[in-house]
Amino acid sequence: MSELRGVIVSHAAVAKAMVDAVTAITGIEGALTPISNEGCGTAELGDRLREAVGAGPAVLFVDLPGGSCFTSSARYAKQGGADIAVVTGVNLAMLLDFVFNRDISPAEAARRAVDAGGKAIHVTRP
Amino acid sequence: MTLALYRIDDRLIHGQVVVGWGQPLDVSFIVLVDDEVSGSDWEQDLYRMGVPPQIEVIFASVEKAADMLPNWESDPRVGILLVGDIDTAVALAGRAPQLKRFNVGGVHHRTGRKERLRFVYLTDDEAAKLRRLAAGGVDVTAQDVPTARAVPVSEFT
Repeated sequence: MSELRGVIVSHAAVAKAMVDAVTAITGIEGALTPISNEGCGTAELGDRLREAVGAGPAVLFVDLPGGSCFTSSARYAKQGGADIAVVTGVNLAMLLDFVFNRDISPAEAARRAVDAGGKAIHVTRP
Repeated sequence: MTLALYRIDDRLIHGQVVVGWGQPLDVSFIVLVDDEVSGSDWEQDLYRMGVPPQIEVIFASVEKAADMLPNWESDPRVGILLVGDIDTAVALAGRAPQLKRFNVGGVHHRTGRKERLRFVYLTDDEAAKLRRLAAGGVDVTAQDVPTARAVPVSEFT
């Protein structure tokens, strides 16, 4: 099985900042590609996704469960050109888990991401 | 209240619409006018995911929207009407002469379009269509978020 690509799809510069943070923490480069929706409509965002995903397989980590980043990602995954899973609510914890576990299927990686990302959300009372 | 915003935005339902405009206007319903989306349950589910449950989303073809416009305009709640491109706006305005405003909220780069504003790219033909819309009595301005200035059509076409 070929190693998974991770593509972060976000508003503004969130995706780029997350890639930088993952690299700073792990030292792993090239596992994640950032895409911003800045200044582009759905057609151009689709072009950016096509370029980032390549032949796949890939997991698309999207910032919000709605809006242009999400609709473009879901639409692109539905086209069926590559084996792709879409995960929303991207956070740093799920990305850190992902970069160390990329020899699995997109669907399995998506399940791991939801688990790792969800476990990182806590309320701490003083 | 009524439809508070008639918007041309190629992203249709997204953060600027739901949060940027939706919060200050206290929007209760969004009308998405698009012939393709109105015929696809899958596309409709995608767009609904970006909207909080307290906001109703209505999908309509241009033809249905023209028929329903009086009902939405007399709705006691506040609503937003969205179209995804200039042709749809022109088609709707042609069938619904009571439509007197259009906000160009986001028309992005594509081959053949030139940058008119940071968030508005138009072909010459699209610019001419907007000018004709304005000449026909529709107040056409460009404004991405409520805190920005509403730019008159004469300044960006």
